[in-house]
Amino acid sequence: MSQQTVNKAEWPLWEVFIRSKAGLDHKHAGSLHAADAQMAMENARDVYTRRMEGVSIWVVESKYVHASDPGEADSMYEPANDKIYRHPTFYDLPDELKHM
Amino acid sequence: MTNSKNMSIQKLLYTLQIADNALILGHRISEWCGHGPVLEQDIAITNTALDHLGQARSLYQYAATQFNALNQEEKKGLFVSSALQSLIAQGKLLDEDDLAYLRDGWDFRNVWLVEQPNKDWAYTVARSFLYDCFNYFFYTELRNSKDETLAAIAEKSLKEVTYHIRWSSEWVIRLGDGTEESHKRMQQAINDRWAYTGELVKMSEADTAMLAEGVGVDLNAIASQWQERVASVIEEATLTIPQDTWMQEGGKEGRHTEHLGYILAELQFMQRAYPNMEW
Amino acid sequence: MTVQSFEKGFNDKLDKELTIEPRDWMPDDYRKTLIRQISQHAHSEIVGMLPEGNWITRAPSLRRKAVLLAKVQDEGGHGLYLYSAAETLGITRDEMFDQLHTGKAKYSSIFNYPTTTWADMGAIGWLVDGAAIMNQVPLCRTSYGPYARAMVRVCKEESFHQRQGFEIMLTLAKGTEQQKKMAQDALNRWWWPSIMMFGPADDNSPNSEMSMRYRIKRFTNDELRQKFVDVTVEQTRILGLEVPDKDLKWNEERGHYDYGKINWDEFWAVVKGNGPCNKERLEARKTAWENGAWVRDAAMAHSQKRKERSSKKEAA
Repeated sequence: MSQQTVNKAEWPLWEVFIRSKAGLDHKHAGSLHAADAQMAMENARDVYTRRMEGVSIWVVESKYVHASDPGEADSMYEPANDKIYRHPTFYDLPDELKHM
Repeated sequence: MTNSKNMSIQKLLYTLQIADNALILGHRISEWCGHGPVLEQDIAITNTALDHLGQARSLYQYAATQFNALNQEEKKGLFVSSALQSLIAQGKLLDEDDLAYLRDGWDFRNVWLVEQPNKDWAYTVARSFLYDCFNYFFYTELRNSKDETLAAIAEKSLKEVTYHIRWSSEWVIRLGDGTEESHKRMQQAINDRWAYTGELVKMSEADTAMLAEGVGVDLNAIASQWQERVASVIEEATLTIPQDTWMQEGGKEGRHTEHLGYILAELQFMQRAYPNMEW
Repeated sequence: MTVQSFEKGFNDKLDKELTIEPRDWMPDDYRKTLIRQISQHAHSEIVGMLPEGNWITRAPSLRRKAVLLAKVQDEGGHGLYLYSAAETLGITRDEMFDQLHTGKAKYSSIFNYPTTTWADMGAIGWLVDGAAIMNQVPLCRTSYGPYARAMVRVCKEESFHQRQGFEIMLTLAKGTEQQKKMAQDALNRWWWPSIMMFGPADDNSPNSEMSMRYRIKRFTNDELRQKFVDVTVEQTRILGLEVPDKDLKWNEERGHYDYGKINWDEFWAVVKGNGPCNKERLEARKTAWENGAWVRDAAMAHSQKRKERSSKKEAA
């Protein structure tokens, strides 16, 4: 649908990522509209951290997010399925062995 | 009577002065909820209203404690409204709601600036900006109060006010340096609200008494900080500071604009129509 | 791949209760139905701010004032989460606002009733939010990912809304004669509109079947309505108030309450725009939007100026 039809001045869309407490990764919280990055940051604070949900915020204008194509999911992710040797449980070691 | 006001009464009036500013400004800002120019800012400005309201509650709770510690004669001499007089005659202890909902306008000590109507986004931003600049330096100083409760309230409030001043300054700049129309509207709003800024830093009797006690803030010292901050934002916003404006005042002495009466009529309606009930 | 194979992939996901994500292939009517349902839901949150917003300036205590303000603000947040979810389907928020303002999009009819006393804040929180939660909890498992995630957030925040509403009712019901009267009056006025919130009876709800198939609806209108009645009647006992339905009685055989006949004429009248406050609600939304236009434009213009200045600086 054309973005131009209703109002060409609609504030751009931003994706919001929030670190919920020190030491954790930033996680996608949702999106919002803002005229610029600073406002996006503040809007994110006002909209997504009203209940102390965060200690750090990232905002990225949505148009800069590149997403993988779900149609290519098979070739992208299936090949990892048979590489179980990447997981520590693949290795059979004696129970007496500690600290490993 | 004025001369004989002792220090506990001055401190109570001083506390109310700060509390009333917070309540009335919070009340005004809360009128935006559901009517903002864009959803994100509707939510943002409501956060500010909640901050002011929270500050008002802490301060009224403290004021009520101070009031309840006064002797009966002192209590009787403080507030005019029949509702409060009758509670006092019955020997009831007052709480935050009694102070907010049962005093009449002449016992409110907020400055005129905060009771001015929202009008549009520019007027609302102008009012917040001019007040936040004051409030920021005020709470910064009040943290050093000899009164521990006031100092603690200031410490907590300053964090909120630091965000308020950032928000309102940015909007002054955005609107001032935005479109031709927004520039015009922002300048007009600053011009029209300017007359209410002198009172912010004018020492009232309670201000003077509390400064002498090491409890209150020296508003004369804040005046220049306020001016500097306001000037730098206004300049960045490509706006100009109004010159030679007559300064209005009276709020700290209980004289108000016509707006306060209407605010109280709405604010206090339930408590007036259905007195002495739990809600 | 052919359309048929895309469609098979889509249907397989539905059958396996997997979520559909924005970039996945989806049939047109799935997309359309979702946009309609999510935007209608978002509009309901935004219009729903108005009847309660009415009482922010008149709340009877500072505590109630703060709670109400935070609650109405939450509704704005919920609208925002939902608009965002709908935007992932290829419609802009401005377009959705336009549909609301021109009457093309609907919102929940309950908000076209007036809030005339303080007790209405209690009744809305308890009944209207109660009914909404009943609708919304199953939607946390709806098939469309962004919608389900928005609903999880909404439901988490919503839980305090109903509690604060019930607390208001309880305080009134335990209060003076006048307060009790106020509470009963509010229950009388909000009971039937709340029951109607679940939408038309199942035999008169044309889109239901497809929505169930798409897992954007998980229970039928009548199932949810019955659940609401059963739960709420019990809660009314705790308040010591009376449900305004003389036909209400426990049906041992069904294990449910039987309730009286719903006035569907009233329901459709309000849906068609003839509720007591339809015009005021829409007018308030339009006014806010139109009065905000110069503000939104100014912010964009300023951001543009900044960008130009910084790129000039870089060039220099």
